[in-house]
Amino acid sequence: MSVSTAEPGAPEQPPAPTRPPLLHRLVRDPVVISGSVAVLLWGVAALVSPSFADWNQLVTLMTVASFLGVISIGQTLVIIAGGEGIDLSVGATATLSAIVASRFMDGTNDGFLGAVLLALGACCVVGVVNAVGVLAFRVPPLVMTLGMIAVVTGFIRLYTGGRPEGSAAPLLRTLVAGDTVAGIPGVLWLWLGLSVLVVWLLRRSPFGWRLYAVGANRTTAYLSGVNTAAVKFSAYVLSSLFAGVGGLLLLGYSQNVYTSLGTDYMLNSVAAAVIGGTALIGGVGGYLGTVIGAILLTVLDSLLRIMQIGGGEWGDAPRQIIYGLVLVTVLTAYGRQKRLRQ
Amino acid sequence: MSTPAPTRSPAASPAPTPPGPVAQAAQSVMSARMPTLAVTALLVITLAASIVLQPDFFSAYSLSASFATILPVATIAAAQTIIVLGGGIDLSIGTIVTLASAVSVVLMDGDNSRLPLALAAGLATGAACGLVNGLVVAGLRLQPIVATFATSSVFGGLALLVLPQPGGTASPVLTQGFGMVLAIYIPVPAVLLLALWLAWRLLRRHRFGQYLYAVGGNADAAYTSAVPVSAVRVFSYVAGGTVAALAGIALLADSGAGDPTLGTELTLGSIAALVIGGTRLRGGSGGVGGALVGAIVLSLIQGLVFFAGVPTDAREFVYGCIIIVAIALAGLLTSRNGTRRTAAARGKAGTA
Repeated sequence: MSVSTAEPGAPEQPPAPTRPPLLHRLVRDPVVISGSVAVLLWGVAALVSPSFADWNQLVTLMTVASFLGVISIGQTLVIIAGGEGIDLSVGATATLSAIVASRFMDGTNDGFLGAVLLALGACCVVGVVNAVGVLAFRVPPLVMTLGMIAVVTGFIRLYTGGRPEGSAAPLLRTLVAGDTVAGIPGVLWLWLGLSVLVVWLLRRSPFGWRLYAVGANRTTAYLSGVNTAAVKFSAYVLSSLFAGVGGLLLLGYSQNVYTSLGTDYMLNSVAAAVIGGTALIGGVGGYLGTVIGAILLTVLDSLLRIMQIGGGEWGDAPRQIIYGLVLVTVLTAYGRQKRLRQ
Repeated sequence: MSTPAPTRSPAASPAPTPPGPVAQAAQSVMSARMPTLAVTALLVITLAASIVLQPDFFSAYSLSASFATILPVATIAAAQTIIVLGGGIDLSIGTIVTLASAVSVVLMDGDNSRLPLALAAGLATGAACGLVNGLVVAGLRLQPIVATFATSSVFGGLALLVLPQPGGTASPVLTQGFGMVLAIYIPVPAVLLLALWLAWRLLRRHRFGQYLYAVGGNADAAYTSAVPVSAVRVFSYVAGGTVAALAGIALLADSGAGDPTLGTELTLGSIAALVIGGTRLRGGSGGVGGALVGAIVLSLIQGLVFFAGVPTDAREFVYGCIIIVAIALAGLLTSRNGTRRTAAARGKAGTA
């Protein structure tokens, strides 16, 4: 990433703080680019199928995007924390949380709080194991979280015997798909609240500053008195925790669980963060971009579905192909690394 | 059975490299030795346990069956290692395997006379996919993890187009040849595994093999030393894609039919195998030999969990836990990750 929002004016000379013109900065800003692409895709979708522009459709779209958005919160934190940080176990963790919660809720509101706490507790355990592997055993995060997928799916198999039981509590269903406040379902308010919280956390809180410091340069952060291990540890635990919250929301939406519930979120959460301008090298990016990235990916997926690409005799194949091609195109717009010759 | 020879310095021969990379290469040798020892120890332990738990482990039939399942996994791990050594990573490798095997099985369609054509087409498919990945990563300069995730969606979709459902018939010559046992005790897949390792040794001696380590170790230093960095990166993806296609063909020969849906699982297995084999995920250190042994260890563990009488529902969990422990051990030994330490601290870590 040669240009980023997180280091404004960094390449400039200190005595002459003339930043590049506003327009120029906007054109190179990942958040602006992916936001425009998302709006563009949404416009195309509305042209193809006018009902796509309906308020209800929009709300549904945003609801679907919110699952990816919430799961990507933790992914963004882990990536910003640097050291090749990445959490591939978010999909499996989300499934785990949904499965534990559904068994304890079992379609009633009685054990709601207990079930939620238990599910999130299980997710925290996953996060702690990830963090210990990465920090104490020095396993590269990609490999550690990859290995945890095998452990978590294995545990799910052991726990359920291959047949997940139970269903979502009515309360959870109401939150995700039911009653609305000002025409917007609770899950979107929740996402909005979490987004404001996370953006505040990253930009205005000491934890956020430390996170960027550790991600940008661990040694300098350490020498400046930041407890780098604690920061990274909390990033991994938060990642699993938010994956668990995402899993609960998914449970409320689908009402029943299956063992591949969260699988698709594993790499899509990384893609959402990267599309939003969070660089995998760490220390760069933010959650606002990830929100836009999650919306973009969801709009793209729905667009391909309503254009009825896929289905019929070709099956799912053309949609997958186009999805990949668009992803490469969007990434090419700005997600590029530095040239060697500089 | 191929045990990895102690890794030799890639810069030992008179290549025109300045002292920086040479010193680094020397250090990477220091760190590579411990993982090599560790994976050998793991191999010995799992082998011993297998022999104890499976009384007829050394029967011709059992050996042939083990090697037939090991070869595809090991080949994919080898492909991933070539890419990782060059400083990249390929999350699309599993879908390349399935796409190449789908193309081959559709073209051969159970007919022996079309075998050469089908094999050539499969390999060409793998090389083409690798070229696409290489161009996207080195040409467009996208981050390898997300870029290859995007292309994996494309390749997986293409595999579904070519072969919508698991099926197809491999040509009989291929499957029969694969199942043969030479000289009583040596199954054909074992010979192929050895051939793969020899091919790697050959590549490693070649200039490009050394460039691979140079680029993976420090791309900037390699660039200033006149190594064609972009070309080497593209080459690593093309080579990886071609080897992945070989794995696809091996998979086809083993099972006799194609399956377009295996993708992700194969990718994850390949990364686990190479890490257990002592290859550093950042590139520039490790080797295919270790990855092959890592893949053998993984398959043996899978067999062990089965033969140790673990209940069906618990098998996956136990397997996952063993893999995490193996990875953590490998991580401790490969270490040197995280902070950029000073040269002195690095030297200490290397000799520890």
